[in-house]
Amino acid sequence: MKKKEQESKFTSVSIPTPLFEKIKKRIEGTGFTSVSSYVVYVLREVLAEDAVDEKEAFSREDEERVKERLRSLGYLD
Amino acid sequence: MPLPHGGRLIDRTIPDDAAGEAGAEARGLKSLRLDTEQAREVENIAQGIYSPIEGFLRAEEYASVLEHARLPGDTPWALPIVLDLPPDSGIEEGDRVALWETDEGPLAVMEVEEIYPLDRDRHDQLIYGTRDASHPGVAKTGGMGDLLAGGPVTLLRLSSSPFERYRLSPRETRVLFSELGWRQVVGFQTRNVPHLGHEYVQKTALTFADGLFINPVIGKKKKGDFTDEAILATYQTLIDNYYLKERSVMAILQYEMRYAGPREAIHHAIMRKNFGCTHFIVGRDHAGVGDFYDPFAAQEIFQDFPDLGIVPVFFNTFSYCLRCGGVVNEKTCPHGKEDQVGFSGTRMRELIVEGKVPPPEMLRPEVAEVLLEIGDPFVE
Repeated sequence: MKKKEQESKFTSVSIPTPLFEKIKKRIEGTGFTSVSSYVVYVLREVLAEDAVDEKEAFSREDEERVKERLRSLGYLD
Repeated sequence: MPLPHGGRLIDRTIPDDAAGEAGAEARGLKSLRLDTEQAREVENIAQGIYSPIEGFLRAEEYASVLEHARLPGDTPWALPIVLDLPPDSGIEEGDRVALWETDEGPLAVMEVEEIYPLDRDRHDQLIYGTRDASHPGVAKTGGMGDLLAGGPVTLLRLSSSPFERYRLSPRETRVLFSELGWRQVVGFQTRNVPHLGHEYVQKTALTFADGLFINPVIGKKKKGDFTDEAILATYQTLIDNYYLKERSVMAILQYEMRYAGPREAIHHAIMRKNFGCTHFIVGRDHAGVGDFYDPFAAQEIFQDFPDLGIVPVFFNTFSYCLRCGGVVNEKTCPHGKEDQVGFSGTRMRELIVEGKVPPPEMLRPEVAEVLLEIGDPFVE
């Protein structure tokens, strides 16, 4: 990948220096190779928590059609 | 139920009432002949098994998947779903192309938004971790055309399948799981007939989940693998005799294995998330081949994807302990190897080829009977 393209994949976010130092200490001996990789991991984990338990937006007609097929195949009684 | 991967279940199929007209129009477009595996990719994209992608990857998506195992929007995506063009295809950027698998009629239409080069070396190194041509994935890349076409596909009709009774789309499994009242659903992928170790893993997972989704991979196989018919017949027998009907569902996945080890384990989990699973069983050397991957690499890679949205469940090696009278592992059994019967696929094959019944510590008698009835359950 070209250097310019690589650079565009990352940006800087400021965090307080004491927090940076705290994280640096915390990741010692773990698989994380930098404070950045740890922060990215935690943020992805936090953001992913929002994406659960939403009902699919099927129309009633679509859902009935699906259920009919499931019944015909023996998956539903 | 988890949201589909990327937040939305993709549906690139055409309504039945519009299929005739769309099919007729497609016959007038430039055409591209797909092989069986490429045709299944189109169906998997269109039915949402590969949500959130809506077509074959474009250049930026391809580069991002290779380098970061993520789509440009940061959504985890570990395998490049790409379409290579044959030499002198005559297809250009901006074309709408009819994709044909058989002479029955066009299967799908693709909007070719981009044509770009296949990066063979980086593709193999980053996806398979090797450029060794003895790796089946690398060999496949070697046989691909130099150019890739990227853009969305629209499925005009589903191909016919000898296993229609077991073919469910993510939309259908999601409705099914919901109707069955399952909140925690564990997905299990298989390419084998079920031995007692598989049953143990599945039932152990069922102790915390509401339902089990058995999802055998159907399609191109290696010589010596069990045939698709044998896998389905034995699993159906096992389910009929040893599983609660309201707690287990079997449906096929028509998909070509890449043997990409850790990268492919992530892809397998994503597909099951789209089917509506909350958990996915990852075994030792999952999706591996030969000695190309560390046996636990396919489990460890999940640490890099805290935002995957499906929980991996890791299992290692099991055996049957004659003294314990059940399936055990190194954490549950104090006895030695001399008391244990391993679930050796090679040994099981030898016995079946000789027409002998594998011992009940290895295979359920009903399952063994089905295999012996089939006679030769292996791919030639």
